[in-house]
Amino acid sequence: MTPIPRRRRQPMSPPAAALASVATGGLSRRALLGTGLAAGTGLALTGCAPPAPPSGGPASLKLPKDVSDSEKVLKWANWTAYLDMNGKETKSPTLEAFMEKTGIEVSYSEDIDDNDSYYAKVGPQLRAGQTIDRDIITLTDWMAARVIRDQLCQPLELIQMPNVVSNLLQPLKDVSFDPGRQHSITWQSGFAGIGYNRDKVGRELKSLDDLWADDLKGRIVVLSEFRDTAGLVMQSQGVDIDSDWGRAEFESALDFIEQKIEEGYIRKVKGNSYMEDLTSGNAVAGITWSGDIFVLAFDTEDPSWTFTIPESGGTLWSDNLMVPITSTHRSNAQLLMDYYYDPAVAAQVAAWVNYVCPVDGAQAEMEKIDPDLAESPFIFPTAEYIADNNIQAFRVLSPDEDIEYADLWSTKVMGN
Amino acid sequence: MTALAHAAVDPGADPAAPAPRATKRSWTAYVLLLPGALWLGVFFLLPLVQLASVSLQSRYPGFPGYYYRDVNLDNYASALTDYAPHFARSFLYAGLATLLAFVVAYPLAYAMAFKAGRWRNLMMICVIAPFFTSFILRTFAWSQILADEGWVAGTLNFLHLLPGGNIINTPVAVIAGLTYNFLPFMVLPIYASLERADPRVIEAGGDLYANGFTTFRTVTLPMSMPGVLAGTLLTFIPAAGDFVNMELLGPQRGKMVGNVINDQFLAIPGGYPVAAALSFTLMAAILVMVFLYVRRFGTEELV
Repeated sequence: MTPIPRRRRQPMSPPAAALASVATGGLSRRALLGTGLAAGTGLALTGCAPPAPPSGGPASLKLPKDVSDSEKVLKWANWTAYLDMNGKETKSPTLEAFMEKTGIEVSYSEDIDDNDSYYAKVGPQLRAGQTIDRDIITLTDWMAARVIRDQLCQPLELIQMPNVVSNLLQPLKDVSFDPGRQHSITWQSGFAGIGYNRDKVGRELKSLDDLWADDLKGRIVVLSEFRDTAGLVMQSQGVDIDSDWGRAEFESALDFIEQKIEEGYIRKVKGNSYMEDLTSGNAVAGITWSGDIFVLAFDTEDPSWTFTIPESGGTLWSDNLMVPITSTHRSNAQLLMDYYYDPAVAAQVAAWVNYVCPVDGAQAEMEKIDPDLAESPFIFPTAEYIADNNIQAFRVLSPDEDIEYADLWSTKVMGN
Repeated sequence: MTALAHAAVDPGADPAAPAPRATKRSWTAYVLLLPGALWLGVFFLLPLVQLASVSLQSRYPGFPGYYYRDVNLDNYASALTDYAPHFARSFLYAGLATLLAFVVAYPLAYAMAFKAGRWRNLMMICVIAPFFTSFILRTFAWSQILADEGWVAGTLNFLHLLPGGNIINTPVAVIAGLTYNFLPFMVLPIYASLERADPRVIEAGGDLYANGFTTFRTVTLPMSMPGVLAGTLLTFIPAAGDFVNMELLGPQRGKMVGNVINDQFLAIPGGYPVAAALSFTLMAAILVMVFLYVRRFGTEELV
């Protein structure tokens, strides 16, 4: 049985494709070895080799015509509680100002609940060259890496974004998955740790093990992003999640989480909608994202909502703005990206979302808005804070590991 | 669904056949059938073929989210072995919801048909009114009503009537949600067949010295059977494939097959083939069950 490729792009041999991906920053050296190996053994053992990999060279990239000049519109897909809002949560002051300034009508939607579920919806459409009716999508590093590797986003013209060039924090100017930031711009960064309501819990929660207490049984929610939930558990089991570890460490964390679900401690494993469970009172604590808890405290007018990095450490991630391959409003998108790299605007957003701000100079602007927030380690963490609290980024997975671990996560934790 | 479709199509095709000027008449019949056939072809058969093709594909090693054409029966093996408990749970919950919906719907439809008088239209509106809001929103509303700190759970807890301490995120909440969401599909067909029943036939039962219960058992109930059959099908089939109720009201463990399909489609890079195989298996299983059910309880006409 000879399989037929599903996509009709220029075929490429697996090592060449992997090399191309390394060139565009999608894979680590380790991942490259993995891909070559897997493809090689597949050939040798079955004789029913998969077709040439579904990735073309940069030459095959076809961009749609940019009609930004005639169509002053922009559609942005983002996550919940991720942009400054007015009191009634109907409009965003910074976005209103942008529309006023540029005349571009922005439709902002909180479409994304979880990287996997969002990309599963739009990925096939993008691959088929169809529009997804969005001009900016906001995805976490590892998913951004996949989108860039699959060439499903447009290259950005940094020259059109002077604020980004001058104000993007130095460490973020060159990330492994997008060297030179040719395809993506950081939106916010953040931590995963423990979020809880101090009054309802009745005590301080300091370590991850504090969550597994009998009086909190069934009142815990955890994130469906395995890099955060499994990452935190692995850290509590003594694993450095940013360095070398393998399936054994990952599985042991999953076994632990599975056990906590079965014993009834963990009530639900959810995407960004976990905030509903905290709001409704079904859950009083959990593994959460940093900024959400500050927004929750503000929204519910309950200052006892607390976010803390567990003693064993927390995870650090970034979400990135990208222009999907089929968007016809790239220039409008770039205007918006550049606008949010104005330190004053960035400070305004950070004051509301409370996530780590990627914009140089925003801290000085924050002094004017709220001096306390300018000192917040959750918005402007120092290198010492990150190191002292053992905050780590989940290491980049090879595509094969990606599938394997997502499968494990799905069968052990999500499904059943 | 196909059973219903065929039932609807056949009566149209049959009278045309024995007509004297067969060529011209049957041609008209085919033209009349064309829109329906086209609709079925484009919106049912074509996606079905596509689904069947996806269900046999294999994952592309090293490229999350990509597949290639293949004849990979492992997808079906996985659907039948790994997820057998999920199928069983789906059919159990859907069956219970159908039974509960029947128990609630029959008296309601009976009251509407025979006892409501001038309230009949109002009752009808009350049954249909929930359709004015989206299914997801209504289920979401239930998740708020049944929340731990909501008044329902609060009252029951106060009276010590809630052993587990919570209603939401339990199978009970899921079955209740399914019953609630598909209730109108049970009420309306039963009402339609009861309302059409000739009251004189029921009166005749009394004339022949049958008491109320016997008349109901031997006259009214058999007359409403087409409605009951249609109602149970319209409730059971969508309930067995539902994932929204489990997602919003259910526990983390013990998912239904709809959730597994949803997860495979959305949460796993490369889960499409298994999801398609699961969908196909679910469809086949429901088809077999419906076939047996209609064979056993079916009447000449549906509704």
